[in-house]
Amino acid sequence: MARIFAYIVHKVGVADDSATELVAAAKKIDPAASPTAIVTGCGADLDAVCSTLRSSYSEVWKIAHETLAYPNAELIRKALVKVLPQGSILLVAHEHFGIDLAPGLSIKLNSTFVSDVLVIEGVDGVTLRVVRQEFGGQVSTHVRCDISSGAVITVRPGAFKPLESAPASGSVVDKSSEIGVLVARRRYLETVVAEAGDVDITKHSVLVSIGRGIQEKDNVAIAQELADALGAAVSCSRPVVDAKWLEKSRQVGTSGKTVKPKVYLACGISGAFQHLAGIKGNPFIVAINKNPKAPIFQVADVGIVDDLLEFLPEFTNKVREMRTVSAK
Amino acid sequence: MVEGIQSPAQATYWLISGRTLFLVIHLLGLACFAYIIARRLTPLLRGESDFRFDRPWLRLGRVFKFWLGQWRHPRYKTAGIMHILIFAGFVLLATRAFSLVLGISDSLVMPGAIGHLYDIVKDYAATIVFLCMVIAAARRLVFKPARYAVPARYGKPHTADAIFLLALIALLMVADSVFAASKAAFQTRLGQPVEFLAVLSLPWMWKSVFLSVPLSTLQQLHLGGFLAHDLTFFFLLCYRPFGIQFHVETSLFTVFFAKLDRGTLKPVRWGVPDEHLDQVKSFGVKTFEDFTWKHMLDFYSCADCGRCSDNCPANAVGRPLSPRFLTIKARDYAFQHYPMFGNSGNGKALIGSVYSEDEIWSCTTCGACEEECPLLVEYIDKIVDLRRGMVDEGNVPQSLQKPLKALESRGNPYGKMEKKKADWAKAKEFQQTCDVKILDGKNGADTLYFVDSITSYDDRMQAIGRATAKILDHVGANFGILGATEKDSGHEVRRFGEETLFMALRDHNVEAIKESGVQRIVTADPHAYNALKHDYQDVPPVEHISQVIASEVKTGKIRFNPVDNNNVYTYHDPCYLGRHNQIYDDPRDVLDAIPGLKRVEMTRSRDRSFCCGGGGLMLFYEPKEDQRIGVKRVQMAAESGANVIVTACPFCMVNIEDAIKVAGLEGKMTAIDLTELVDQQIAREIPKECETAVLGG
Amino acid sequence: MEILVCARRVPDTSENEIELNSAGNDIERDDLVYSINEWDNYAVEEALQIVARVGGNVTVVTVGGEDDEEILRREMAMGANHGVLISDDAFRGSDGRGLATILAVFVRKGPYDLILTGVQAEDGGAQVGGMLAALLDYPFASLVNSVEVLDGKLKVSREIAGGNKEINEIDLPCVLSIQTGINEPRYVGMRGIRQVASIPIPTPSASDLGIDPATVGQAAAKVKRVDYFVPALGKGAEMLQGSREENIDKLLELVAAKGGLK
Repeated sequence: MARIFAYIVHKVGVADDSATELVAAAKKIDPAASPTAIVTGCGADLDAVCSTLRSSYSEVWKIAHETLAYPNAELIRKALVKVLPQGSILLVAHEHFGIDLAPGLSIKLNSTFVSDVLVIEGVDGVTLRVVRQEFGGQVSTHVRCDISSGAVITVRPGAFKPLESAPASGSVVDKSSEIGVLVARRRYLETVVAEAGDVDITKHSVLVSIGRGIQEKDNVAIAQELADALGAAVSCSRPVVDAKWLEKSRQVGTSGKTVKPKVYLACGISGAFQHLAGIKGNPFIVAINKNPKAPIFQVADVGIVDDLLEFLPEFTNKVREMRTVSAK
Repeated sequence: MVEGIQSPAQATYWLISGRTLFLVIHLLGLACFAYIIARRLTPLLRGESDFRFDRPWLRLGRVFKFWLGQWRHPRYKTAGIMHILIFAGFVLLATRAFSLVLGISDSLVMPGAIGHLYDIVKDYAATIVFLCMVIAAARRLVFKPARYAVPARYGKPHTADAIFLLALIALLMVADSVFAASKAAFQTRLGQPVEFLAVLSLPWMWKSVFLSVPLSTLQQLHLGGFLAHDLTFFFLLCYRPFGIQFHVETSLFTVFFAKLDRGTLKPVRWGVPDEHLDQVKSFGVKTFEDFTWKHMLDFYSCADCGRCSDNCPANAVGRPLSPRFLTIKARDYAFQHYPMFGNSGNGKALIGSVYSEDEIWSCTTCGACEEECPLLVEYIDKIVDLRRGMVDEGNVPQSLQKPLKALESRGNPYGKMEKKKADWAKAKEFQQTCDVKILDGKNGADTLYFVDSITSYDDRMQAIGRATAKILDHVGANFGILGATEKDSGHEVRRFGEETLFMALRDHNVEAIKESGVQRIVTADPHAYNALKHDYQDVPPVEHISQVIASEVKTGKIRFNPVDNNNVYTYHDPCYLGRHNQIYDDPRDVLDAIPGLKRVEMTRSRDRSFCCGGGGLMLFYEPKEDQRIGVKRVQMAAESGANVIVTACPFCMVNIEDAIKVAGLEGKMTAIDLTELVDQQIAREIPKECETAVLGG
Repeated sequence: MEILVCARRVPDTSENEIELNSAGNDIERDDLVYSINEWDNYAVEEALQIVARVGGNVTVVTVGGEDDEEILRREMAMGANHGVLISDDAFRGSDGRGLATILAVFVRKGPYDLILTGVQAEDGGAQVGGMLAALLDYPFASLVNSVEVLDGKLKVSREIAGGNKEINEIDLPCVLSIQTGINEPRYVGMRGIRQVASIPIPTPSASDLGIDPATVGQAAAKVKRVDYFVPALGKGAEMLQGSREENIDKLLELVAAKGGLK
């Protein structure tokens, strides 16, 4: 079995949640595998990440270089091509960096690219069996991949639960000297931070989150009323922001905010993974959707198939009623 | 020596003989006027063609009704009556004015008694016109009716221009009466025979003032009055084409050429058949020159009375649309780009400069503006033409692109599967009582129930479909539906400017209808009704379900159980049933045939009905507005004392039911479709077997 | 600027209910409505807007069969100058890498300064753009949500976590994968499509492009979809099946128990 590596994304000295998830994914490919983490960057932040990773990886490859202070996929690709042994399997989280890096890397390594994997079923000889989703998660598909010449695999964040037991202190191997001179034709300039909205949805423990099912802008008020009654905030999925019914700052998901509420009411949200990826901390998820086949029901704790526009006002009334009763 | 008063023609003004002076003034005035009119006609000649010469006798009749008869003016009492008086005064005084300025004679030469009578009438006419000018000025300056106001985004108030014109007309009246009164006073002073002046008229009053004035002054007043009248007359003639008073000249033509057929839309290009439309380079109105000449004439004819916008639902809720300014802005554009001297026209795009996109998408095509306009100015055709232009440029809001694409690929705006189109008729309980045939070649029927998209697919509206089917079943109609073959009627597709898509939907439906072999079509959707009646050709006659019910009530096939509640019902006229198709009485007759049903009218009902917010694609469009149109409508219903709104259109139902929630009237107000109410109250005969059993028992 | 947009025709999720067929191994393809992949449509609009600012031409290319021509016509009606349908039986069953290989050959034969793809396809995995760039050895940026043309390079913004934007400078020629929401694509009606109906669309084959059939298609594909399936419904969710009233009461109880009532 080929050697398995996991490229770990990090920010200000903290490794991404995917660090532990990728270990779990690697074990699915080869239960006996002891994957190697690869991190790039520079300075104290990089060292901090390396030392954290030692708790979950037996070996951590560190590539330190000033030009890698900001994760530029083109430079990192070049570095990885230099250090990775032929036929390796590389895992990386399927998010904005992984999407940038992985397809091109697979070409340069002449290995197979497997995108956005949810389930790894195992390996038969040189065939990797995985499950992917298509059509916004409406259907899943079994995929067979020939990994005889290695593979670059992007793994859906949150799809693999971190393992309980982890190896104790792994070693850090400095590979910085092997990468040579890196020149990029794409240069990072700056990060423009999203404007803060009127409401910070990341600070609320209860969220009434709305999706396309809210149908039109005026109906946002229905969700707001419920939120007011519950003492919650209104958040949303991407289509609601695209339609300009709510500000970008209210969006939960990969391109929006990551939230960690206690209770998450998903109202008319189909449950695309880009949205689900923004929900962390294992909240109690309630899904209310007209379509009984909506993927959201697969991840929710409680599901109700009903017309949102009728259900929510009645629910709001009930909450208010209960409040007045308890106030007395 | 006793000498008569010198007439203007005989007099000498600053060494020039009166005859010469006035001849020069008149020739100059007429030449200026002719030049100005020629310049004003320039854009009309460049405009698109418009077919307005058919049915001349009907058109002439409408001139008598709407122009000479001022038919629509009394819809606004004060302003309307005043306008009728001023208009009548103008018509009466026109004869005198022409005789004064053309003949330069000092009095009209009419034979005997008629002449005397005319003199009296014209004295009063001038007086009334003068008084009207005073009142009108007071309205503009003191009372300021809201509809005259000019919102900041549309520019400066029009008050100064209005007052200036009122003053000029008043001056005309004063000059004329001074001219007549000075002569009469002169003759009285000399004891000569005096022309009779009508008691309490303007000349009569001047005369009593002038009796103490020296003769030489009277002579000067006489000559001066004539000169002032003459100059004012020609100044007005040449000034009117620069402002709202141009309608004095143009209104006759605007009314004569006005659109004759309600509910219809103008073709993309007059004279180009559908099959040749692909060769037309550009669709709709993009530049000013893309308007038809008649539509340009409309711009000139608008009298800025504000009645259209006063009745416009979009304007009422603060959408960025005011029909009045749709016209005024176009006229300003015409005046600016077709100046009196120099080059004219620039072919600039109107959207983005004169009009905003939202302005043009905001119209619900309810027709309230057109219903109100005293001069029959058209709006819907212009809006649709502007939309056609935007669609042709690909300039369509994202919110409308999805439903339009779904209409193209699936035949309905919701993107639902065709095979689910007849699912509404397959509800178990319903199917047991009423089995709806699908006319797919195996089944035949006389009557087609055309369901249309919203009633087929919307959970709530499917109830209207089932009620309609049960009613048709009850009256023994041999009917069926097209099912999966039926595509959206395309009514709103067309009104949103997507003519090509509309034609595809229409052609598909026409073929399916023909294939079904039915002899008549019934629908419960006024939009489908209007499409089938006016937008489609070569299909069997179409009836709205309210017409069917009304006639079956008359035949006795439909009888009702009395209502056993204390509800107060009000009927909301759907625009495409009422204003566009004049079906006001049938639904009301049906309601009044239900024993014990209490019905009230909203203040705005029948041809002044207030739109629910618009149907079809308007449900997808997200307008900028302060409040929902439907909420306003529901509040009107509440004000009338009603607690049940009856309507006869699925789109009205969507908007009204939503609005009831938004207005916080849930529990206090409900909405029901006419078909649902009829289905509830219909007295179903005891089945034959039961009858026998009862008799036998 | 010569811009190439790589597009695909996919079942439109907004107008279809994606369901399994009765055999359970594929999606039900009867009654499916296809259209251009949503992301690709944004890419074409972006290309048109760039060309409107700096001049040039937009070419839309797709790899597929006769049926796929309709999306090229639609994008040409939008304003694209050319459409190209790369079509050959040998291309059937290509995986992402196969598609990228075909497109790379096509790009090398053309004058393109900028290649745009959509971020992902409804049935794809955000891969062709990045692979194409690597095959061409062009720089690449994914998830692009704004493009500004500078001298010999572009200033692009990428959509990253938290709604933030990562601003990059990228040398031309390059490949960008375009994110939805970057612009507001213009409307294309039937009339527009009819007006471009008679414009010929070149359909180069494997041999026209000089592609070795062994490197593409089913045979060369290392990633193969075996079947479609729908994971068991409501695996995690406890579905409340009562009347609305009962559901509301139950939900209120649950939400309160989980600390949802503050």
